[in-house]
Amino acid sequence: MNANGNGNIIELHRVWKVYDTGKIKVEALRGVDLKVRKGEFLTLVGPSGSGKSTMMNIIGCLDVPSEGQYIFGNETVNKLTLNRLAEIRNQHIGFVFQNFNLLPYLSALENVELPMVFCGVGTSERRRRATDVLTRVGLGDRLHHKPTELSGGQMQRVAIARALVNNPDLILADEPTGNLDTASGLEIVDLFEELWKAGHTIMIITHDPKLPMRSERVLHMRDGLLENGNGAH
Amino acid sequence: MNLVQFLKYFLADFRKQKKRAALTVAAIVWGTMSILLLLAFGEGLKTQLDRNQRGMGENIMVIWGGQSSVPYQGLPRGRRVRFLPEDLDLIKQSIPEVAEVGAEYSRWGIDLVYGRKVLSEHVCGEYPSYQQIRAHNPLNGGRYINKTDMDTKRRVLFLGHKLAKRLFGEEDPVGKTVQLSGMPFTVIGVSTDKQQMGMYGGPDVDKGSIPATTFSAIFGNKYLSNLVIMPQSDQLNKLVEQRLYHVLGSKYKFDPADEQALSIWDTIEGRQEMMKMMIGMQIFMGIIGAMTLLIAGVGVANIMYVVIKERTKEIGIKMALGAKPRLIHNTFLLEALIICFSGGAIGIYVSQLLCDLLTLIPRDTESTMSWLGNPTISMPIGLITVSILGVIGIISGYFPARKAAGLNPAETLRYE
Repeated sequence: MNANGNGNIIELHRVWKVYDTGKIKVEALRGVDLKVRKGEFLTLVGPSGSGKSTMMNIIGCLDVPSEGQYIFGNETVNKLTLNRLAEIRNQHIGFVFQNFNLLPYLSALENVELPMVFCGVGTSERRRRATDVLTRVGLGDRLHHKPTELSGGQMQRVAIARALVNNPDLILADEPTGNLDTASGLEIVDLFEELWKAGHTIMIITHDPKLPMRSERVLHMRDGLLENGNGAH
Repeated sequence: MNLVQFLKYFLADFRKQKKRAALTVAAIVWGTMSILLLLAFGEGLKTQLDRNQRGMGENIMVIWGGQSSVPYQGLPRGRRVRFLPEDLDLIKQSIPEVAEVGAEYSRWGIDLVYGRKVLSEHVCGEYPSYQQIRAHNPLNGGRYINKTDMDTKRRVLFLGHKLAKRLFGEEDPVGKTVQLSGMPFTVIGVSTDKQQMGMYGGPDVDKGSIPATTFSAIFGNKYLSNLVIMPQSDQLNKLVEQRLYHVLGSKYKFDPADEQALSIWDTIEGRQEMMKMMIGMQIFMGIIGAMTLLIAGVGVANIMYVVIKERTKEIGIKMALGAKPRLIHNTFLLEALIICFSGGAIGIYVSQLLCDLLTLIPRDTESTMSWLGNPTISMPIGLITVSILGVIGIISGYFPARKAAGLNPAETLRYE
């Protein structure tokens, strides 16, 4: 997915997200504007309930805005079908979660292969690509270990490998160091920096102060609004 | 996702929850066995009863003479109708729809003596056609009454299976001489042991048969006890009946419309009624079996909902990684189908095993087991069962699968 005509990979225009359960109405995002260029390294910080997770869900095409426009690359996400959204997530977005979200009954290798399974990649190619990317994140010797046999840091590296395996345009991480000790956390931060230098667009939501320091651009979120979404563009 | 992949994930899930999965499959096994055994039992019973019905003879009509109930051609009512040997030829020539005709004389209390054994038995004088139409089949080494016996009024005796046992024990009766009413008769054959549903004058296996001409000469009977007629096909029974009334009515001077002039036992009609009843019974049993299987299907659906609830987060992860709703849907649908079919396969295997074992139980012709026949799983029964399993698999999987596919990944990942 290429950046659009403006060189932006993400554009949010007046995006609202309202959760309406009939009894309660929660305004998670209240008119957010954001532009992200290809190759940027951003962190998003803010207190609990500020709407950070909702931002990640919308940007990651896990959910659609109630109002406003989200343009990812060349496509306006609002109008897309569920299938197309799934395809975009599969091909263009890599998720990394706070609690790793690996499938416990699959080995590291099989976990990393999963996104390729969903787009029909053949067995041997899957194996090759998964092995490559796991080696790149330093886990070449742990390919057949199950998640229970890996440390927290190692699990997160598997998750990052999984996020990378389909060559996504965007890596989205939600509190990636949240469940890790300091040392492992640092390793992960180093890894993200490495990936950014290799040309990936990275967006991280976090409380961890180490990350905003390393990132290029820091966004602050409060009460469903971004304080400096448009940045210097 | 191809089948191998799918099976791998399926087995991984299965291993995690062995007891629960085993119970669900067991319910399907139970349900499958219920429907199969019920239907098989019904099938076996139907086959056996059909065979038993033919014990007396296949597609035959037994005719007794009755009494005229209306005056006819100047003659009063209340006249007895009785048959003579010449009527057999008359019927055969006048009614082309008749394939074969036979008749008999009948007496009880005839002395049969062999060695020390003295018995008082039912003896009939029969026509050679009885071998075919009344299923008097001889065991190997013997024969039934033939035309020469009839023409020469030979003193030959054909013994019913049970009567032969009573008279001769384990000895082979063929060729031996028996004193029948004080006269020496040679035994020419012994009947096979047969089950007979439907009889007049007692079961055939308890009777002795001698040529009709011999009987008439010895005992002096003028009139036959009854006629037996076999139509060309089992569609023609009603037509034959009509013609009989006309032909015999013309000879014996009774109104062809006078139903009481003849007394007819139509086994063809009886058999058709019996078949309808049997099929009705099979349908009934099939429904009961199907309902049992349905309950097991409900169990499968129940489990699938639980499974989906437990795997909600996993579904969310997969969707986040790009799994399409259709894939999620098909995964769970397939899982339900696999549970149903593996349970079904086990159920079919065990049922077949049971049916085969039941066949091995030795039984003599008098026992109830023998009357009930052998439970048989025929091809149609197998197909019906497999189809029902498929339908139950699809239905019990469809709704849970739809729910799984409709999950919102954003919400499920928040589920913890």
